[in-house]
Amino acid sequence: MMDANDRIVGGLLGVILLAPLAAVLGCLLARRPRPAEYLNLTAAVSVLAAVLLLLPRALVRTLTFWHGYLIVDALGAWVLLSVASVYLLSSIYAIGYMRRLDEAGRLHRFYALFAGFALTTLCGPLMNNIGVYWIAIELTTLVSTFLVCFELRRDSVEAAWKYIVVVSAGISLALLGIILFYWAGSLRMGPTYDLTWAALRTVAPQLNPTVALAAFLLVLIGFGTKVGLAPMHTWLPDAHSEGPAPVSAMLSGALLNTAMIGIVRFLQVADRGRLGALPRLVVVSIGAFSLFIAALFIVRQRGIKRLMAYSSVEHMGIMTLGFGFGGPLGIAGALYHMLGHSLNKSLMFFGAGNTMQAFHTKRISRIHRVLRSLPASGLLWLAGAVAITGAPPFSLFLSELTIMRAGLAGVNAWAVFVMLPLLVVIFVGFLDHFRAMYFGGHTAAPAGAQTGGSAGAARAPVRESVWCVLPMWLALVPLLVLGLWWPQAISHYFSVVAAQLSGKAVP
Amino acid sequence: MFAVHLPPLAASLFSLLAIASLLLAFVMLGSRWLKDYLLAFAVQSWLIALLSVAIGYYGHYPELYLIAVLTALFRGLLLPYLLLRIVRQMNVDRELHERLSPSSSLVVGALLVIFAFVVADHVGISLGIAGSVAVLALTVMLSMKLIGFLMLAVRGEVISQILGLLVLENGIFLGSQILVPGMPLLIELVILFDLLVVVACFGVLVRYLLLHAGTSSAHDLRRLVG
Repeated sequence: MMDANDRIVGGLLGVILLAPLAAVLGCLLARRPRPAEYLNLTAAVSVLAAVLLLLPRALVRTLTFWHGYLIVDALGAWVLLSVASVYLLSSIYAIGYMRRLDEAGRLHRFYALFAGFALTTLCGPLMNNIGVYWIAIELTTLVSTFLVCFELRRDSVEAAWKYIVVVSAGISLALLGIILFYWAGSLRMGPTYDLTWAALRTVAPQLNPTVALAAFLLVLIGFGTKVGLAPMHTWLPDAHSEGPAPVSAMLSGALLNTAMIGIVRFLQVADRGRLGALPRLVVVSIGAFSLFIAALFIVRQRGIKRLMAYSSVEHMGIMTLGFGFGGPLGIAGALYHMLGHSLNKSLMFFGAGNTMQAFHTKRISRIHRVLRSLPASGLLWLAGAVAITGAPPFSLFLSELTIMRAGLAGVNAWAVFVMLPLLVVIFVGFLDHFRAMYFGGHTAAPAGAQTGGSAGAARAPVRESVWCVLPMWLALVPLLVLGLWWPQAISHYFSVVAAQLSGKAVP
Repeated sequence: MFAVHLPPLAASLFSLLAIASLLLAFVMLGSRWLKDYLLAFAVQSWLIALLSVAIGYYGHYPELYLIAVLTALFRGLLLPYLLLRIVRQMNVDRELHERLSPSSSLVVGALLVIFAFVVADHVGISLGIAGSVAVLALTVMLSMKLIGFLMLAVRGEVISQILGLLVLENGIFLGSQILVPGMPLLIELVILFDLLVVVACFGVLVRYLLLHAGTSSAHDLRRLVG
C-alpha cells in the first residue's frame, strides 16, 4: 500500500537517480564545456537537496520500490548523505580545477563521466538485491577508471590499469561469496528466490556455518578490496593520486563508503548466523592492520596526494573498527566518522589540487611556504590537516573517541590499544609533512630557486579562484560545527540504524 | 538439492564438462601463445554453454537454454573476437614477460587444484553431500578462481591479465550453473552484460596504455610505488 509518505520518498528517489542521469545525457548532447559544468552542478545540488529531504523519511520505516530492487533504509540514506555532499563539493571544485587543465575540448566528456560516476555511486546503497548491488559496485569501477586516466598521462594510465585489474579481481571474490550465500540459502529456501538483504538475514540462522563462514570471508575480502582495506589496498594510492583532484575526492569520500555499506550489511547477516566471534574478529583485525599499513606509509610519504590516499586507508580502517566493534556506540561512531571523513577528505584533496597547480609538482619536498602562494586556501588546507588527524575541535576527534569507547566495552578491546599508538604516529607523521610544506624549506629553497626559478619562498600569491576556495569553506564549517556539537537528532538517527542492524526493531 | 540426486548419465555428463573446462584452464596456464589462450577460452565458454543446456534439460530449468545461447554468443564468440582485435593491435603474439615458466605454473596450478579439492571436500562433508557433483563443481569453481589469480600474478602481457580475469569469471559462472541453477534470470543476464562492458573498457584502456605508456606489458608499469 502506498501512502503519501511513500510517494514522496519515491519521488525523491527519482530525483536522486534521474538528476545525474539527465546530467550525463545533457553533457553528452551539449558538447561544450560551460553548459556541462552547470548541468553537473545543478544535478549535484538537486541530489543533495533530495537526500536531505529523504533522511527524516527514511527513519520512519524501511521502504522498497520497483519490485523490491530498490531499498531506502536509515543506513543507506546516511551513506547517500555523505556521497551527495562529496558530489556537490567536488562538482563546485571541478569547475575551478578543470578550467585550468587546458582540456576544454574534452571537458563535456569529463562531466558526463563525473555525473555517471556519481550515479553509480548513489545506486550502490539503494540496491536491495545483493547481485545487483555487486553489479553497481563493479560499474563504479568501470566508470571511475576513465576518470582516473582522464588526463592521459603515462602515470595516470598506469594507475587506471592497476585500479581496474586489482579491483575487478578482488570484487570477483565477492561475487563468489554471494553465490555461496545464495547456494547455502537455496538449501533452505528452494532453488529460486530473490537474494535480497532481508531474505538473507531471515535465512541466516539456518545457513550451514561452514559455507556461510567461507562466503562471508570471500565477501569481506572482495568488498574490502574496493573499500581499500589493507592488504588489498594496493590500487588505492595509485588511483587516488593520479586522477584529477575532484575525482580523487569522489573516490575517497563517496566510493569507499558505498563499498563499506556492503561489508556492514554482510556483517549483520554474519551476526544472525551461527558463526561465532570469528567474523567480527577478522573485521576488526583487518581494520587494525589497515591502520598499521597507513601509519607506515604516511610517515615516509613523498607524494602529496599519495599522503591523502594513505590517510583514506587509515580512516577506512577506523570505520571498519567501528563497525567491527558494533553495538550502538560503535555504529554511531563509525557513521559519524563516515560523514566527517567524506567532508574532510574532500577538503584535503581540494587543497592538494590547489597546491599542485600552484607549485607544478606533486612532491612534498618541492612545496614550501604554501601560505605565501595560497593565502586563503592554504589556511583552510592547514585547518583540514589538523582536523583529519583527529585533533579537536573537529568532528573526527569526536567520532574516533566514540569508536574507542565502543571498542573498550567489547570483546575486541585489544584493537583499541593497537589503534591508539598508531593514531598518534599518524598524527605526528601527517602534520610533520605539513610543517615542512608550510614553515620549512629555509635551506632547500635556494637550490630550487636557482634551478627552477619558481620553487621556494620567493613566490608571489597566485590568484585563487572562488570555485576552488568556496567548497573548502563548505567542507570545513560543518566539520567544525559537528565537532563542537553532536546534534540530538543525529544521535537519534544512529540509534535507529543500530537498532535496525542488530535486528531489534521491526522495519 | 538438484546436484545431489541425479541420474548417473547426467552426473557423468556434468562431471565430464566441468573437468574438461578445468583442463582448458591448464591449457591456458601451460601455453605461451596468446592465440592459444584465446582459443582455449572460447572452447571453455562453449563447454560451459553445453553444461547450461544439460542442466536445463535434466533439471527442468527452461530459462537456462537462453543463458546457454547467450553464453555461447557472448563468451564463446564476441569476447574472443574483441580480444583478438586487441591482440592484433598490439603486435604481440606470445607471452614474453612471465615470472614463472609454463611448466612450473602447471605444477603450481596442480597444487592449487588439490587445495581447492580439500576445501570443497570439507564443505561437502559438513553438508553431508561428500562425493556428489556439487563437490566437484565447488572444486572446479575454486580451482579456476585460483588459476585465474595465478595467471594474473605470473603473466605480464596485458592480454594475459584480461584473460586471467575472464577465467575467474568463467569459474564462478560454471560453479553457479551447477550449484544454483535456479538463480534468477535477470542476475545472470546482467552479469553477462557486465562482462561485455568490462572487456570493452579493457579494450579502450589497452589502447591508452599503448599510446600513452608505450607498453603492452603490465610489468613495465612500475612507476607508482610507495
